[in-house]
Amino acid sequence: MSETTAAGKRLVTIDSLAMNFGPQHPAAHGVLRLILEMDGEVVERADPHIGLLHRGTEKLIEHKTYIQAVPYFDRLDYVSPMCCEHAFALAVEKLAGIEVPERGKWIRTLFAEITRVLNHLLNITSYMMDVGAITPILWGFEEREKLLEFHEAASGARFHANYFRPGGVSKDLPAGLADRIADWAQSFPKFIDELEELLTANRIWKQRTVDIGVIGAEDALAWGFSGPCLRASGVPWDLRRAQPYDMYGSVEFSIPVGRNGDCYDRYLVRMGEMRESVKIIKQCLANMRPGPIKVQDRKFTPPTRAEMKHSMEALIHHFKLYTEGFHVPAGATYTVVEAPKGEFGVYLVADGTNRPYRCKIRPTGFAFLQAIEVLGRRHMLADVVAIIGSLDVVFGEIDR
Amino acid sequence: MAFLDRTARTLLLGELVEGLALTLRYFFRPKATINYPYEKGPISPRFKGEHALRRYPNGEERCIACKLCEAICPAQAITIEAEPRADGSRRTTRYDIDMTKCIYCDLCEEACPVDAIVQGPNFEFATETREELMYDKAKLLSNGDRWETEIARRLELDAPYR
Repeated sequence: MSETTAAGKRLVTIDSLAMNFGPQHPAAHGVLRLILEMDGEVVERADPHIGLLHRGTEKLIEHKTYIQAVPYFDRLDYVSPMCCEHAFALAVEKLAGIEVPERGKWIRTLFAEITRVLNHLLNITSYMMDVGAITPILWGFEEREKLLEFHEAASGARFHANYFRPGGVSKDLPAGLADRIADWAQSFPKFIDELEELLTANRIWKQRTVDIGVIGAEDALAWGFSGPCLRASGVPWDLRRAQPYDMYGSVEFSIPVGRNGDCYDRYLVRMGEMRESVKIIKQCLANMRPGPIKVQDRKFTPPTRAEMKHSMEALIHHFKLYTEGFHVPAGATYTVVEAPKGEFGVYLVADGTNRPYRCKIRPTGFAFLQAIEVLGRRHMLADVVAIIGSLDVVFGEIDR
Repeated sequence: MAFLDRTARTLLLGELVEGLALTLRYFFRPKATINYPYEKGPISPRFKGEHALRRYPNGEERCIACKLCEAICPAQAITIEAEPRADGSRRTTRYDIDMTKCIYCDLCEEACPVDAIVQGPNFEFATETREELMYDKAKLLSNGDRWETEIARRLELDAPYR
């Protein structure tokens, strides 16, 4: 606003200061660009700008066969790659009417939970770093490293695994891996205890998170929250319990629920979930029996290499699968999994060909990001950083 | 009593001292870090690293230009051209991988019916220029020659699961 006074002087009033947060800010967890309208150091309005990591994944998938589409899902939520694959694999299986063998389901459940621990470890520790605690992130990487080694031993890649395939998993667990995971599951709760010792009661941590970014249960539902952020607001909603997929129906676990819906509760819920994940991992290892890991229907999964090299029929199946892929009957499905961040869904429309007609991805972080406006209003600038950290947004999936 | 306990902890910086004591305990534990260029973390036989084209023990290249890897590659990083050789066998005249496009999904190795293209154990192939990452057939074959012992060992270890 400017006006010219009688004396000829210009009077300029600035009522708010628009500030650019990100996209290259380390606390932005990727490429988040927030336009913050500030009143001094208080945020009046937060306007997230997205799309800086848009790669056109959904459109690309329409031009790929179902097998080729799997690696794209790793790159959506790159902090929990296997859970994204899981949603796609389940969607294709539902449309094609495939039933995965039991061992395949156990392996998937096992790795979905390992991925959950991986995700929460990175989220909690980097969230701590955002509010000023540098020790935990460096320290948490030691445990993450062990888990990534399990990922690597099973799939060959530490992150972009391409491991869960429609019809099962790509390869069986190598010998000895189950024992290593069991050893880790024994020792990991002690690490969580130590992490809690460092943080849960810490006054600095509490000052930065308690009563920051509060969202009530009704608001959280209205804004489309899911996963730990919704549970922190006191809604005991977990898709693993509400509509069990794979082996979640036959494992026992409890659902940590928060009460206040603030940043501190979101942290506590994630801590609780890691403990529950360890319980599920132990049950998976205890209940796993030898057997096939993928559907033994050669129209959907490739034959073993030994078979392929000796049998003409197997070779033909191999060639068909790796060129044309398999055909999925026409239909549509919205399949969701409880990804570590919340509800990750795939809306898949098949038209009877070897490629999806449409693949809409429902990212978890998108709903959280749109609520930043509500959560961050009238908070200090530094609290916005804590809120972003507690929401656990990843831009691979938001921008797709 | 709880009030006294809480007040005492607050005044004596209870949780901060506990945290620092934990940090101090870790100070005396064995280090978790490794001295990277000289020490490396373990990798499994399934690791998806730098590509290599293998040869048969008699020196003949394995690739028969069936183009399955080209067909399955989700990133369309592989380009193959082929024509019959003078001795009548079908071989590639061109086998290029654009390593800047490659997403290391291992589908080419899974697709290859003759174990020719593999993703080897090497993960240290950073280059100074982008052009160096456009691998051609000679580069891939030389990778294969250099890593053959290790690749063969890895394939043997992973064979029961493939």
